Amino acid sequence: MIPASFEYVEAASADAAIAALTEHGDEAKLLAGGHSLIPLMRFRLATPGVLVDIGRLDDLSYINDGGDHIAIGALTRHRALETSDMLAAEAPLLRHVASQVGDPQVRHRGTLGGSLAHGDPASDLPAALLAMGGSVVAKGPGGERVITADDFFTGFLETALGEDELLTEIRIPKAGGAGWSYQKFNRRAQDWAIVGAAVQLGANPGVALVNMGPAPMRAGGVEAAIASGSSAADAAAVAAAGTEPPVDLNGDEAYRAHLARVLVERGLIEAQT
Amino acid sequence: MEVQVTVNGQSHSADCEPRTLLVHFIREQLGLTGTNIGCDTSSCGACTVHIDGESVKSCTMFAAQARGADITTIEGLAADDGTLHPMQQAFMECHGLQCGYCTPGMVMAATSLLSENPSPTETEVREGLEGNLCRCTGYHNIVKSVLAAAGGES
Ligand SMILES: Cc1cc2nc3c(=O)[nH]c(=O)nc-3n(C[C@H](O)[C@H](O)[C@H](O)COP(=O)(O)OP(=O)(O)OC[C@H]3O[C@@H](n4cnc5c(N)ncnc54)[C@H](O)[C@@H]3O)c2cc1C
Ligand code: FES
Ligand code: FES
Repeated sequence: MIPASFEYVEAASADAAIAALTEHGDEAKLLAGGHSLIPLMRFRLATPGVLVDIGRLDDLSYINDGGDHIAIGALTRHRALETSDMLAAEAPLLRHVASQVGDPQVRHRGTLGGSLAHGDPASDLPAALLAMGGSVVAKGPGGERVITADDFFTGFLETALGEDELLTEIRIPKAGGAGWSYQKFNRRAQDWAIVGAAVQLGANPGVALVNMGPAPMRAGGVEAAIASGSSAADAAAVAAAGTEPPVDLNGDEAYRAHLARVLVERGLIEAQT
Repeated sequence: MEVQVTVNGQSHSADCEPRTLLVHFIREQLGLTGTNIGCDTSSCGACTVHIDGESVKSCTMFAAQARGADITTIEGLAADDGTLHPMQQAFMECHGLQCGYCTPGMVMAATSLLSENPSPTETEVREGLEGNLCRCTGYHNIVKSVLAAAGGES
């Protein structure tokens, strides 16, 4: 299907993109890799009046050593993440999760910033950001601010980003050799997770769930249980506490709650070994 | 808007609306109908082309985003004298197609896969083609074709 008409603006810089967002207000949408937005536009579930293309801002595509963290440009594509040696050494969970997104064609185009800014509870990368205790840098007309992953995902396809803000950088604390696991359950290759669980152990253990509520979320009960020394089985038993899983053709609430417990247990065991 | 791209080594320029999807631009503006459209949901991969050497679903990209890009479509694989690309030859020899609808996308995805991983295992081939659907072959002979092409090239 063909998207509704729009005005196309190519941003020559991050500041130009912010200026375009300020000028056009809620008519405008940023276009990064387009692999969430264009499918929505083809179904006319999204009909932005102005598209501000930031896809060529190559200076926002990088993976750098930031000392205690890895700094990743928002326009970095999934393919660059899944092939990064620096991530293999310092943030292997993120690298692996990127390799589980969609299919190769999707990973050649989709960006980390777009994946996070879209705020889809069924997507993979937000869970990695949450489990790893990451944060993002948002830039607006008034300058930059840092938002932690915990404060970033606010609802279904909603984030803490303002209408005139651009996500510029993602910061992931170095994992320092911590055990990790990503458990993605789906029935067909290429599909989104029916449920997923991202686990990273170490000094600040993080466990995050995919597709278990309106927004990407942590499994706080599991994290508390691990911190107090519970076994993987006991910790995983509370994986579905406080979740509001969606109901669709792939499964109902009880099925998803069961999957969350099973996947978190598998994830904890894999991360411990 | 004016969109200039290089397709199969030749520069093309055409006027289109910003909402024109790259696959429509390639098929309708440039008349290269080897690239197929098989779905509305970015799932099937029939529309796969290479943008600057990497496989991309051309139905999930605006032509505007490809301005200045170097694009290869299925028409650009065979040599000028008609000699098939080793991947096309392998699909022919291993019976990697039946109706042929998915084939242009499969071949473009497979050549991109081999440029990133020249000697894939069978599992890597299967996973590397997960963005492409085939309703006929059951995939087995497609995987055989890609492995044959990889063996032949290495
Ligand atoms: C067939 C298919 C299968 C997929 N499977 C999966 C999967 O299994 N798991 C998964 O996690 N994802 C999957 N995806 C989605 C894919 O990962 C997307 O690339 C990603 O979600 C969005 O990134 P993008 O760069 O394409 O963003 P776009 O589509 O360009 O943008 C998405 C949203 O984010 C906003 N945005 C983009 N960049 C920024 C920025 N820097 N600052 C502020 N806002 C911004 C846009 O305005 C838009 O609202 C799939 C997509 C397809 C087409
Ligand atoms: S037509 Fe592009 S993925 Fe199906
Ligand atoms: S050969 Fe018919 S769809 Fe693949």
